[in-house]
Amino acid sequence: MSQTDFDVIIIGGGPGGYVAALRAAQLKLSVAVVEARHLGGICLNWGCIPTKALLRASEINHLLHDLPAYGFKADGVSFDFKKIVARSRAVSKQLSAGVAHLLKKNKVPVFDGHGQLDGTLANGRRKVLVSKDGAAPTTLTAQHVILATGARARVLPGLEPDGQFIWSYKEALVPETMPKSLVVIGSGAIGTEFASFYRNMGADVTLVEVAERILPVEDVEISQLARKAFEKQGMRVLTGAKIGTLQKTATGVSIPVTVNGKTDTLLAERVISAVGIVGNVEKIGLEGTKIQIDRTHVVTDALCRTGEPGVYAIGDLAGAPWLAHKASHEAVMCVEAIAGRKVHPIDPTKIPGCTYCRPQIASVGYTEAKALEAGYKVRVGRFPLLANGKALAMGEPDGLIKTVFDAQTGELLGAHMIGAEVTEMIQGYVIARTGELTEAELVETIFPHPTISESMHEAVLAAYDGALHF
Amino acid sequence: MAIEILMPALSPTMTEGKIARWLKKEGDTVSNGDVLAEIETDKATMEIEAIEDGIFGRILVPEGTEGVAVNTPIAIMVEEGEAIPASAAPSSTSAATAPTQAGAVTPPSVTTNAPVPPAAVSQAVHPVNRIVASPLARRIAAVKNVDLSTVKGTGPNGRIVKRDVESATTQPAATPKPGTQAGTPLPTGASRTVPHSTMRKVIARRLSESKATIPHFYVSMDVELDALMALRSQLNALSHDEGQDAFKLSVNDMLIKAAALALKQVPEVNASFTEDAMILHEDANISVAVSLDDGLITPIVRAADRKSLKQISQEAKSLVSRARAGKLKPEEFQGGTFSISNMGMFGVKEFAAIVNPPQAAILAIAAGKRQPVVSGDEIKIATVMTVTLSVDHRAVDGAMAARWLSAFRNIVQAPLALVL
Repeated sequence: MSQTDFDVIIIGGGPGGYVAALRAAQLKLSVAVVEARHLGGICLNWGCIPTKALLRASEINHLLHDLPAYGFKADGVSFDFKKIVARSRAVSKQLSAGVAHLLKKNKVPVFDGHGQLDGTLANGRRKVLVSKDGAAPTTLTAQHVILATGARARVLPGLEPDGQFIWSYKEALVPETMPKSLVVIGSGAIGTEFASFYRNMGADVTLVEVAERILPVEDVEISQLARKAFEKQGMRVLTGAKIGTLQKTATGVSIPVTVNGKTDTLLAERVISAVGIVGNVEKIGLEGTKIQIDRTHVVTDALCRTGEPGVYAIGDLAGAPWLAHKASHEAVMCVEAIAGRKVHPIDPTKIPGCTYCRPQIASVGYTEAKALEAGYKVRVGRFPLLANGKALAMGEPDGLIKTVFDAQTGELLGAHMIGAEVTEMIQGYVIARTGELTEAELVETIFPHPTISESMHEAVLAAYDGALHF
Repeated sequence: MAIEILMPALSPTMTEGKIARWLKKEGDTVSNGDVLAEIETDKATMEIEAIEDGIFGRILVPEGTEGVAVNTPIAIMVEEGEAIPASAAPSSTSAATAPTQAGAVTPPSVTTNAPVPPAAVSQAVHPVNRIVASPLARRIAAVKNVDLSTVKGTGPNGRIVKRDVESATTQPAATPKPGTQAGTPLPTGASRTVPHSTMRKVIARRLSESKATIPHFYVSMDVELDALMALRSQLNALSHDEGQDAFKLSVNDMLIKAAALALKQVPEVNASFTEDAMILHEDANISVAVSLDDGLITPIVRAADRKSLKQISQEAKSLVSRARAGKLKPEEFQGGTFSISNMGMFGVKEFAAIVNPPQAAILAIAAGKRQPVVSGDEIKIATVMTVTLSVDHRAVDGAMAARWLSAFRNIVQAPLALVL
């Protein structure tokens, strides 16, 4: 009989759960993971990673169609869409196997099945039931249970995924064929990335957003520049939109969309619904416990503790921002606290966010508007990539780096970037913010030439003495 | 190139100061030697001067800001025609100013001076602890006037980070509000509130500390002054009427020397108590209390035992007038080994002073008064003053204090030793 009692049981093997397990193993806790579907969770299998594989393909497609700009000539460029999708799946499969290997290496048992809380034993240890395919459930016990069951796409009435015309992110990741036309509803990171992918693969794409601007959590200037760039690429962008009742036709859908009182009926082969996510709070044994749920997310304190002692919730299940790196970081914090280490709550203004559309978008901390709202007096720096040598050399001159400083203390309150490679560069500002550098240290830092990252330096100078190259 | 002007360390013990006044405005042209600002420390108000020509570019720390840590950038100088940065790149940082003349002097007093003990003493024993703090934490501390040495760090390896400084500012130390100590209600009736000067704060702090931590005892003795006053008249008669060699000895000048000589005879009193050891001072550096309008300060007559009365007189005169004008340099009021407080001019019958740490004793001198004294079997009239020695009992015991007072009295009553 294999081991059934642990220090910690983690329900869910995504970037929250499996990282929690690895950290627990490092800290010599006995730990097990219960996973119903795929190790690596949505991120690895249906989110971050496979979309990046697709976006790489669409970037290549864009470059292939832009070859003359670089002095090349090629005829008959084409792609095999099935192979592009297959490559994306292969990447996910490889990484999921990698997670399994890491857990094995750390001697973390993985229970294949659906996990749920099932009360406590007389000695206070918590019971977790693992069920699979209707077979008799296995009972595990542990002192601590970390819930990391993640989230799924929000489904709006009338936009239920039908596997044919109406897609959620899942269907959008594994299409049989390239749709010629597509409507994407919702311009958060997920919707924007799919819109960018399909547009760069050649589809007619309309991006529809209910809010007044796309990417509503980003700084308003970044939203505006993103819209401009998308429209230049031939994408149609509708904001402040009211979406009417979707009708299915023989070949696709028709969606009436009203903007500024004017209604336009969009016709498309497919529609992607990317209107947010809901937490996976069902069937994990929360009923009858002191664990509270607020709008599909488990309520926790800053250290991820729920209303039940010994039960924790991390990652998407515990609420925004719905980002894998936030889940992983909460995992480490939560496990270290269980192991008796001193930990500090995660500061949401130090969590970067990246969107891998073309051009890329990355940000951390306060937008200018949020900083002003919070009562800061700000100094703002801007530097356009048009003035950056490397960006020009690469043929990627569209973009902007924007910094927001606290005028009183020189704290880097936020940084907002749009342009080539910015998702790889934002960490520089995150380090500055986490290490509590002020403008003085950033001004003093020598950035290598020629790089796009020099623009990050210039955007700091711009907030103070003035940029040198603009 | 833009140059940051840093908060200067105006004395070896200074860790922070107050920008009392900016004397230049942003955009002013500055020449080498121009006074830029007055810095108030716990001990004095000092001026800082420009040591280069340029434009006074930007004030980083506004006038009136207290608790600005040493080496904090406080202003930026630029060259003619150069753009003014918000802060100069640290690589170009060099102290553009040199701390110079003392400005208005603020400190302590009769009993409150903060003498720097002679070099070998405690300064070297207490190296300044390195404070590990993030740049942002330092900046916020400078802006919000938080002493980082009082902040506990909760960042990696105990590093002081933003949240620590912020919680330090939101939970101020349980300092009772002025006038309401321990909840005692203020007297009722009309009143006005006068904010404390830095000097007043220092006097309050140092004297409370002295009285609270030093076990005081007091020894009094009557001393006849007639012989000393007669000698004084004779010596003063020798002075040129004017010119460099002119002098006019005061009784106090002579008592300074008498105290210094007594310290040479009973060197145990010329001491400082420390936890580890007794420090016995070589020189008799006499701190002389000088009252000011808003407090007092104790300039020092150094090595008074080895100086002539004329030298002492000239020095004391200069020190007192410069003290009242607020022009003392730190070394002129730091480093005394024994204090004298003379209230004879006010007709005081007798009083006791508070020890001025780290010194071990202070002599309180009351008014000389003609009165009958018994000499042998006769009653004669003599000028008598009562002197009281306040003593740190950790350093000096009663018998030793009495021995010192006797030595002092013998010198004053047979004052020829003063001119040897």
